[in-house]
Amino acid sequence: MISLTSPQVVRAVCGGMLIGAGAATLLLLNGRIAGVSGILGNVVREALGEQAWRVAFLVGLLVPALILGVGSAHLPQHWAWAIASGLLVGAGTQIGGGCTSGHGVCGLANLSTRSLVATLTFMTCAVITVLIVRHVGVP
Amino acid sequence: MRFFTALVAGLLFGAGLLVSGMTDPANVLGFLDIFGEWRPQLAYVMGAAVLTAAPTFWAMRRRRQSLLGTPIDFPDRRRVDKPLLAGATMFGVGWGLSGICPGPGIVLLASGHGMAYLFMAAVIAGIWMVKLAGNKEDSR
Repeated sequence: MISLTSPQVVRAVCGGMLIGAGAATLLLLNGRIAGVSGILGNVVREALGEQAWRVAFLVGLLVPALILGVGSAHLPQHWAWAIASGLLVGAGTQIGGGCTSGHGVCGLANLSTRSLVATLTFMTCAVITVLIVRHVGVP
Repeated sequence: MRFFTALVAGLLFGAGLLVSGMTDPANVLGFLDIFGEWRPQLAYVMGAAVLTAAPTFWAMRRRRQSLLGTPIDFPDRRRVDKPLLAGATMFGVGWGLSGICPGPGIVLLASGHGMAYLFMAAVIAGIWMVKLAGNKEDSR
Protein backbone atom coordinates (compact mmCIF):
# COMPACT_ATOMS: atom_id res chain seq x y z
CA MET A 1 0.00 0.00 0.00
CA ILE A 2 1.40 3.39 -0.98
CA SER A 3 1.39 6.25 1.53
CA LEU A 4 -0.85 9.27 0.98
CA THR A 5 2.08 11.60 0.38
CA SER A 6 3.87 9.40 -2.14
CA PRO A 7 4.59 11.05 -5.52
CA GLN A 8 2.21 8.63 -7.26
CA VAL A 9 -0.71 9.67 -5.07
CA VAL A 10 0.09 13.39 -5.39
CA ARG A 11 0.23 12.99 -9.17
CA ALA A 12 -3.00 10.99 -9.15
CA VAL A 13 -4.84 13.71 -7.22
CA CYS A 14 -3.40 16.56 -9.32
CA GLY A 15 -4.14 14.68 -12.55
CA GLY A 16 -7.66 13.93 -11.35
CA MET A 17 -8.22 17.61 -10.61
CA LEU A 18 -7.07 18.52 -14.13
CA ILE A 19 -9.45 15.92 -15.60
CA GLY A 20 -12.28 17.31 -13.47
CA ALA A 21 -11.39 20.85 -14.53
CA GLY A 22 -11.48 19.75 -18.19
CA ALA A 23 -14.92 18.20 -17.74
CA ALA A 24 -16.15 21.31 -15.89
CA THR A 25 -14.79 23.61 -18.61
CA LEU A 26 -16.56 21.73 -21.40
CA LEU A 27 -19.88 21.81 -19.52
CA LEU A 28 -19.57 25.41 -18.33
CA LEU A 29 -18.62 26.92 -21.69
CA ASN A 30 -19.88 24.46 -24.30
CA GLY A 31 -22.76 22.85 -22.40
CA ARG A 32 -21.36 19.44 -23.32
CA ILE A 33 -20.48 16.27 -21.42
CA ALA A 34 -16.80 15.29 -21.60
CA GLY A 35 -17.37 11.63 -22.42
CA VAL A 36 -14.59 10.46 -24.68
CA SER A 37 -16.42 7.44 -26.15
CA GLY A 38 -19.44 9.61 -26.96
CA ILE A 39 -17.35 12.36 -28.52
CA LEU A 40 -15.46 9.76 -30.54
CA GLY A 41 -18.67 7.96 -31.55
CA ASN A 42 -20.37 11.13 -32.74
CA VAL A 43 -17.41 12.84 -34.35
CA VAL A 44 -18.06 11.53 -37.84
CA ARG A 45 -21.83 11.42 -37.63
CA GLU A 46 -22.95 14.99 -37.41
CA ALA A 47 -22.81 18.10 -39.55
CA LEU A 48 -19.45 19.76 -39.89
CA GLY A 49 -20.28 22.76 -37.71
CA GLU A 50 -21.27 20.57 -34.79
CA GLN A 51 -18.30 18.35 -35.33
CA ALA A 52 -15.69 21.07 -34.81
CA TRP A 53 -15.84 21.12 -31.00
CA ARG A 54 -15.49 17.34 -30.86
CA VAL A 55 -12.43 17.36 -33.10
CA ALA A 56 -11.01 20.21 -30.97
CA PHE A 57 -11.53 18.26 -27.75
CA LEU A 58 -9.89 15.13 -29.17
CA VAL A 59 -6.93 17.15 -30.49
CA GLY A 60 -6.62 18.76 -27.05
CA LEU A 61 -6.45 15.30 -25.47
CA LEU A 62 -3.56 14.35 -27.71
CA VAL A 63 -1.46 17.55 -27.62
CA PRO A 64 -0.01 17.33 -24.06
CA ALA A 65 1.29 13.83 -24.86
CA LEU A 66 2.76 15.03 -28.15
CA ILE A 67 4.66 17.77 -26.30
CA LEU A 68 5.62 15.95 -23.12
CA GLY A 69 5.78 12.39 -24.41
CA VAL A 70 3.66 9.51 -23.15
CA GLY A 71 6.28 8.13 -20.78
CA SER A 72 5.96 4.61 -19.50
CA ALA A 73 3.18 2.76 -21.36
CA HIS A 74 2.67 -0.99 -21.10
CA LEU A 75 0.68 -1.70 -24.25
CA PRO A 76 -0.76 -5.12 -25.15
CA GLN A 77 1.94 -7.56 -26.22
CA HIS A 78 -0.08 -9.36 -28.87
CA TRP A 79 -2.11 -7.88 -31.73
CA ALA A 80 -5.06 -10.22 -31.07
CA TRP A 81 -5.27 -8.91 -27.50
CA ALA A 82 -5.33 -5.26 -28.70
CA ILE A 83 -8.03 -6.01 -31.27
CA ALA A 84 -10.26 -8.01 -28.90
CA SER A 85 -9.94 -5.35 -26.20
CA GLY A 86 -10.56 -2.46 -28.61
CA LEU A 87 -13.64 -4.06 -30.20
CA LEU A 88 -15.21 -4.70 -26.78
CA VAL A 89 -14.36 -1.18 -25.57
CA GLY A 90 -15.76 0.44 -28.73
CA ALA A 91 -18.96 -1.62 -28.94
CA GLY A 92 -19.51 -1.72 -25.17
CA THR A 93 -19.21 2.04 -24.64
CA GLN A 94 -21.51 2.65 -27.61
CA ILE A 95 -24.21 0.26 -26.35
CA GLY A 96 -23.82 1.31 -22.72
CA GLY A 97 -23.77 5.01 -23.53
CA GLY A 98 -20.45 5.92 -21.96
CA CYS A 99 -17.02 5.03 -20.65
CA THR A 100 -14.81 5.93 -17.71
CA SER A 101 -15.05 9.65 -18.50
CA GLY A 102 -18.75 9.95 -19.43
CA HIS A 103 -20.21 7.63 -16.79
CA GLY A 104 -17.28 7.49 -14.38
CA VAL A 105 -16.32 11.16 -14.09
CA CYS A 106 -19.20 13.27 -15.50
CA GLY A 107 -22.05 10.91 -14.54
CA LEU A 108 -20.87 10.51 -10.96
CA ALA A 109 -20.27 14.28 -10.66
CA ASN A 110 -23.86 14.72 -11.83
CA LEU A 111 -25.10 12.19 -9.22
CA SER A 112 -26.66 10.00 -11.93
CA THR A 113 -27.88 6.60 -10.72
CA ARG A 114 -27.60 5.29 -14.27
CA SER A 115 -23.93 6.25 -14.41
CA LEU A 116 -23.26 4.84 -10.94
CA VAL A 117 -24.72 1.48 -12.00
CA ALA A 118 -22.71 1.57 -15.25
CA THR A 119 -19.48 2.42 -13.38
CA LEU A 120 -19.96 -0.34 -10.79
CA THR A 121 -20.77 -2.80 -13.61
CA PHE A 122 -17.73 -2.05 -15.78
CA MET A 123 -15.40 -1.88 -12.77
CA THR A 124 -16.62 -5.27 -11.51
CA CYS A 125 -16.33 -6.88 -14.95
CA ALA A 126 -12.84 -5.44 -15.44
CA VAL A 127 -11.72 -6.72 -12.02
CA ILE A 128 -13.06 -10.21 -12.85
CA THR A 129 -11.34 -10.12 -16.26
CA VAL A 130 -7.98 -9.20 -14.72
CA LEU A 131 -8.49 -11.86 -12.05
CA ILE A 132 -9.05 -14.52 -14.71
CA VAL A 133 -6.19 -13.37 -16.94
CA ARG A 134 -3.61 -12.89 -14.20
CA HIS A 135 -4.52 -15.39 -11.50
CA VAL A 136 -6.65 -18.13 -13.00
CA GLY A 137 -4.81 -18.15 -16.30
CA VAL A 138 -6.29 -18.30 -19.77
CA PRO A 139 -5.95 -21.50 -21.78
CA MET B 1 -14.98 30.27 -29.70
CA ARG B 2 -16.66 26.95 -28.99
CA PHE B 3 -13.84 25.30 -30.87
CA PHE B 4 -11.28 27.06 -28.68
CA THR B 5 -12.99 26.27 -25.37
CA ALA B 6 -13.39 22.61 -26.34
CA LEU B 7 -9.69 22.55 -27.20
CA VAL B 8 -8.83 23.99 -23.75
CA ALA B 9 -11.10 21.40 -22.07
CA GLY B 10 -9.36 18.64 -24.03
CA LEU B 11 -5.92 20.01 -23.12
CA LEU B 12 -6.79 19.98 -19.40
CA PHE B 13 -8.26 16.50 -19.67
CA GLY B 14 -5.30 15.14 -21.65
CA ALA B 15 -2.74 16.74 -19.31
CA GLY B 16 -4.64 15.25 -16.36
CA LEU B 17 -4.53 11.76 -17.85
CA LEU B 18 -0.77 12.09 -18.37
CA VAL B 19 0.04 13.59 -14.97
CA SER B 20 -2.13 11.05 -13.15
CA GLY B 21 -0.28 8.11 -14.70
CA MET B 22 -3.52 6.71 -16.14
CA THR B 23 -2.06 6.62 -19.64
CA ASP B 24 0.12 3.70 -18.51
CA PRO B 25 -2.08 0.61 -18.74
CA ALA B 26 0.09 -1.00 -16.04
CA ASN B 27 -1.34 1.48 -13.48
CA VAL B 28 -4.91 0.76 -14.58
CA LEU B 29 -4.45 -3.02 -14.57
CA GLY B 30 -2.69 -2.65 -11.20
CA PHE B 31 -5.83 -0.99 -9.82
CA LEU B 32 -8.12 -3.64 -11.28
CA ASP B 33 -5.89 -6.43 -9.92
CA ILE B 34 -7.28 -6.34 -6.40
CA PHE B 35 -5.92 -9.82 -5.68
CA GLY B 36 -2.39 -8.91 -6.77
CA GLU B 37 -0.08 -6.02 -5.93
CA TRP B 38 -2.83 -3.41 -5.79
CA ARG B 39 -2.19 0.11 -7.13
CA PRO B 40 -4.75 2.55 -5.69
CA GLN B 41 -3.96 5.55 -7.94
CA LEU B 42 -7.03 5.21 -10.17
CA ALA B 43 -9.32 5.67 -7.16
CA TYR B 44 -7.57 8.94 -6.28
CA VAL B 45 -7.73 10.13 -9.88
CA MET B 46 -11.43 9.41 -10.19
CA GLY B 47 -12.24 10.82 -6.75
CA ALA B 48 -10.36 14.06 -7.42
CA ALA B 49 -11.89 14.38 -10.91
CA VAL B 50 -15.46 13.84 -9.66
CA LEU B 51 -15.05 16.25 -6.72
CA THR B 52 -13.51 18.92 -8.97
CA ALA B 53 -16.21 18.63 -11.64
CA ALA B 54 -19.22 18.24 -9.31
CA PRO B 55 -19.81 21.91 -8.29
CA THR B 56 -19.95 22.96 -11.96
CA PHE B 57 -22.34 20.11 -12.79
CA TRP B 58 -24.67 21.09 -9.96
CA ALA B 59 -24.55 24.78 -10.84
CA MET B 60 -25.30 24.03 -14.49
CA ARG B 61 -28.41 22.02 -13.66
CA ARG B 62 -30.28 25.26 -12.93
CA ARG B 63 -29.21 26.94 -16.12
CA ARG B 64 -30.64 26.60 -19.61
CA GLN B 65 -27.55 27.66 -21.46
CA SER B 66 -23.78 27.41 -21.16
CA LEU B 67 -21.79 30.60 -20.62
CA LEU B 68 -21.30 30.76 -24.40
CA GLY B 69 -25.05 30.52 -24.96
CA THR B 70 -25.20 26.94 -26.25
CA PRO B 71 -27.91 24.58 -24.94
CA ILE B 72 -26.82 22.33 -22.09
CA ASP B 73 -26.66 18.77 -23.28
CA PHE B 74 -27.46 16.78 -20.14
CA PRO B 75 -28.44 13.18 -20.90
CA ASP B 76 -32.22 12.72 -20.67
CA ARG B 77 -32.11 8.99 -19.99
CA ARG B 78 -32.29 8.21 -16.30
CA ARG B 79 -33.39 4.58 -16.28
CA VAL B 80 -31.09 1.64 -15.74
CA ASP B 81 -31.87 -0.58 -18.73
CA LYS B 82 -30.53 -3.66 -20.47
CA PRO B 83 -28.32 -1.85 -23.02
CA LEU B 84 -26.64 0.03 -20.15
CA LEU B 85 -25.82 -3.19 -18.30
CA ALA B 86 -24.86 -5.17 -21.41
CA GLY B 87 -22.69 -2.34 -22.75
CA ALA B 88 -20.98 -1.70 -19.41
CA THR B 89 -20.26 -5.43 -19.10
CA MET B 90 -18.67 -5.58 -22.56
CA PHE B 91 -16.69 -2.42 -21.90
CA GLY B 92 -15.51 -3.77 -18.53
CA VAL B 93 -14.22 -7.00 -20.07
CA GLY B 94 -12.47 -5.11 -22.88
CA TRP B 95 -10.97 -2.62 -20.44
CA GLY B 96 -9.74 -5.46 -18.23
CA LEU B 97 -8.01 -7.14 -21.19
CA SER B 98 -5.74 -4.17 -21.98
CA GLY B 99 -6.10 -1.57 -19.22
CA ILE B 100 -6.96 1.04 -21.88
CA CYS B 101 -10.22 3.01 -22.08
CA PRO B 102 -11.07 5.55 -24.81
CA GLY B 103 -9.42 8.66 -23.23
CA PRO B 104 -6.00 7.11 -22.56
CA GLY B 105 -6.39 5.21 -25.85
CA ILE B 106 -6.33 8.52 -27.73
CA VAL B 107 -3.45 9.90 -25.64
CA LEU B 108 -1.44 6.71 -26.28
CA LEU B 109 -1.55 7.40 -30.04
CA ALA B 110 1.17 9.98 -29.28
CA SER B 111 3.49 7.10 -28.35
CA GLY B 112 3.63 6.19 -32.04
CA HIS B 113 3.39 2.55 -31.00
CA GLY B 114 1.63 0.29 -33.52
CA MET B 115 -0.30 -1.48 -30.76
CA ALA B 116 -1.92 1.84 -29.73
CA TYR B 117 -3.09 2.44 -33.31
CA LEU B 118 -4.38 -1.11 -33.59
CA PHE B 119 -6.32 -0.70 -30.34
CA MET B 120 -7.95 2.59 -31.41
CA ALA B 121 -8.75 1.19 -34.88
CA ALA B 122 -10.55 -1.68 -33.13
CA VAL B 123 -12.39 0.78 -30.86
CA ILE B 124 -13.66 2.71 -33.90
CA ALA B 125 -14.56 -0.57 -35.63
CA GLY B 126 -16.51 -1.60 -32.51
CA ILE B 127 -18.37 1.72 -32.45
CA TRP B 128 -19.24 1.35 -36.14
CA MET B 129 -20.44 -2.24 -35.76
CA VAL B 130 -22.95 -1.04 -33.17
CA LYS B 131 -24.00 1.91 -35.32
CA LEU B 132 -24.46 -0.32 -38.37
CA ALA B 133 -26.46 -2.81 -36.32
CA GLY B 134 -28.79 0.08 -35.53
CA ASN B 135 -28.49 -0.42 -31.81
CA LYS B 136 -27.30 3.12 -31.41
CA GLU B 137 -27.34 4.63 -27.96
CA ASP B 138 -26.44 8.30 -27.76
CA SER B 139 -23.11 7.44 -26.21
CA ARG B 140 -21.40 9.93 -23.95
